[in-house]
Amino acid sequence: MAIDKYATPMLDQLESGPWPSFITGIKRLRDEHPDEGINKVTNSLLGQLEHSYETRKGYWKGGTVSVYGYGGGIIPRFSEVGHAFPESKEFHTLRVQPPAGNHYSTAMLRQMADSWEKYGSGLVTFHGQTGNIMFIGTDTKRTQHFFDEINDYGWDLGGAGPCVRTAMSCVGAARCEMSCTNEQKAHRLLVNNFTDDVHRPALPYKFKFKVSGCPNDCQNAVERADFAVIGTWRDDMKVNQDEVKNYIADKGRQYYIDNVVTRCPTNAVSLNDDDTIAINNRDCVRCMHCLNVMPKALQVGDDKGVTILIGGKRTLKIGDLMGTVVVPFKKLETEDDWESLVELAEEIIDFWAENALEHERCGEMIERIGLVNFLEGIGVEVDPNMVNHPRECSYVRMDGWDDEAVKWFDRQAEAS
Amino acid sequence: MAKEMREPIETGCPDPFQYMHPSMRRNFGQWAYHEHPAPGVLLHVAKNGDKLWTIKAGTQRILDVFTLRNLCDIADEYSDGHIRFTIRSNPEFFVTDESRVQPLVDKLEAEGFPVGGTQNSVTTLSHTQGWLHCDIPGTDASGVVKSMMDELIDEFRKADMPNRVHITTSCCQINCGGQGDIAINVQHTKPPKINHDLVANVCERPSVVARCPVAAIRPAMVNGKPSLEVDEKKCICCGACFPPCPPMQINDAEHSKLSIWVGGNHSNARGKPTFQKLVASGIPNNPPRWPEATAIVKRILKAYKEGAKDWERINEWVERIGWPRFFEEVELPFTKYHIDNWRGARKSLNSSTYIRF
Repeated sequence: MAIDKYATPMLDQLESGPWPSFITGIKRLRDEHPDEGINKVTNSLLGQLEHSYETRKGYWKGGTVSVYGYGGGIIPRFSEVGHAFPESKEFHTLRVQPPAGNHYSTAMLRQMADSWEKYGSGLVTFHGQTGNIMFIGTDTKRTQHFFDEINDYGWDLGGAGPCVRTAMSCVGAARCEMSCTNEQKAHRLLVNNFTDDVHRPALPYKFKFKVSGCPNDCQNAVERADFAVIGTWRDDMKVNQDEVKNYIADKGRQYYIDNVVTRCPTNAVSLNDDDTIAINNRDCVRCMHCLNVMPKALQVGDDKGVTILIGGKRTLKIGDLMGTVVVPFKKLETEDDWESLVELAEEIIDFWAENALEHERCGEMIERIGLVNFLEGIGVEVDPNMVNHPRECSYVRMDGWDDEAVKWFDRQAEAS
Repeated sequence: MAKEMREPIETGCPDPFQYMHPSMRRNFGQWAYHEHPAPGVLLHVAKNGDKLWTIKAGTQRILDVFTLRNLCDIADEYSDGHIRFTIRSNPEFFVTDESRVQPLVDKLEAEGFPVGGTQNSVTTLSHTQGWLHCDIPGTDASGVVKSMMDELIDEFRKADMPNRVHITTSCCQINCGGQGDIAINVQHTKPPKINHDLVANVCERPSVVARCPVAAIRPAMVNGKPSLEVDEKKCICCGACFPPCPPMQINDAEHSKLSIWVGGNHSNARGKPTFQKLVASGIPNNPPRWPEATAIVKRILKAYKEGAKDWERINEWVERIGWPRFFEEVELPFTKYHIDNWRGARKSLNSSTYIRF
């Protein structure tokens, strides 16, 4: 054997059990891959990982690595214990943007595997939590070579650092009857409009776009995206009463009373005596529950569009924030509609870049300056859909009330 | 020797239609409804009558190229050469002929990829990089997931939970794993240990001071060198200072613990989206198999499975039965640490006489 294998008694324990083992996979690269470089780097990686398991500490530190012309997209990793595990002392990850909706042909996956074997460790993840393909483990020099090769056949780096990040979208219209928009178009139009901001980190902090085709929000956009685009509809949901009857015939009336009628958050559903269903569409909040339970009988309406929520993020630094409704409903049909979606994103990113503190997410800025200041900054009018309820505290100066009331009635008149 | 550098082609996010299964391309925006014929299998029917079966499997997520090519081989034989990955890294294979569904399921299982993860199952834990690749992790990610999925694989395969269960893990409080019905996250319990010899050279001190959520860090001269000091009474041990300043080591073999949170739910179905809530902490970070954390997760899942109504997610089940009964059923202590004191905490207090007896 050409290489001295590190003993990995703790990691070895992760090879037993029924779930697929990443350790078995890494060992296969160490033991069976024809490229000696891959054998060595994965051996070294296993050695360092075992050391982490023994000491309960991580040993990677960051640094500055990118490719020519870009400032980000690489997660640089230099080992703090490189003297003991020299073959993996540089072990950078390339973040590569997946196709919207994460569709692949095997021909393309094989081509990427071939390239990655030439220049990297042979380890890859579809996908990391920011939505990127993660090519895990290469050194500084070969980072450039690998990027050059895959960039030539259509792949580009994603975001890392204070920049517009790689976007995510659900499977959507490609395979879901609940889709209320063209998720892939929204995803690509938005993120590809900001390619410069993806590749050259110069924003206050990260900015994420996520697109879900319906309020089930499979992409977790409301909690994880600075700019969440979530499909919805505003006309009546479609009801196929014959299919309603079939469902009831199958599972019984009580099941649908207990699991549909009484579970509607706004009591907008009732069951008629003839086992048909009645929906009060004005009270319906488009939560999706009844459609989820009876997908053959209940369907989204025809007047589809999206709700846009701004400012979702996790704890750091002021605590978790959900996105807030900034656009209750927006049609995305004409090219003008799509263009105005991108313009809204530009408006928001510009305002945030101007006004945020260093390392302040968009939602945190809104929390600091107040939603109204943010709306005025991006030129969006207030709407009661933006709040759970109006103000409870009377400590506010309201000498502009009359003017604001006039604005409201003017807008109402204009809309009608 | 100066070599001419290649300019990048800034194409951004690729067009997916070139890689999409032909049935999805053909029926884009034209789907009528779906069914769940078996765990791990979804059937989508298009308005023109086209049928597409999706078969979902689990993998180790950190894929070696052998495994990736194995998935490709399976897709070439059974799935017309197409694969899609879900947000939780599960590969999906596609079949347009019903008679090909079971052979594909059998093949995936035979190759070691469990089939499941659809609808009311415990799907694959979403996870982060951990000790394998992250620069600030308090624990591993892939190892935790492997250990837990070994124990939860039946729930992945069976789809007989009240509703879907999303479990996540995160190796620090930045919580890249995201919100989950159950989240297993690192929780540090001691302030950072500072290497004052390195701070001045490695850290941009004003940025580190600004990063602290409770203003516990201040510039200081230590042993004649410019450094930073931490007011340990104020410090909440969140670790936010560690990424911008690695000499402020927050990870500790003994004092970095695991916490478990429940009830994060991003769907709008039946109720507005919710954040996860703390239920357990002080759990040892115990590689290679983290048995203590897994045991608590299994207790929560057991109580949920027995007690929840159909379609209730974990947050809805707890909301109905109440927190006192939740703590009783999962045999976890309720402590002063469960009562929030962060901004907005008043909204989490019970200002009513709603008490269950």
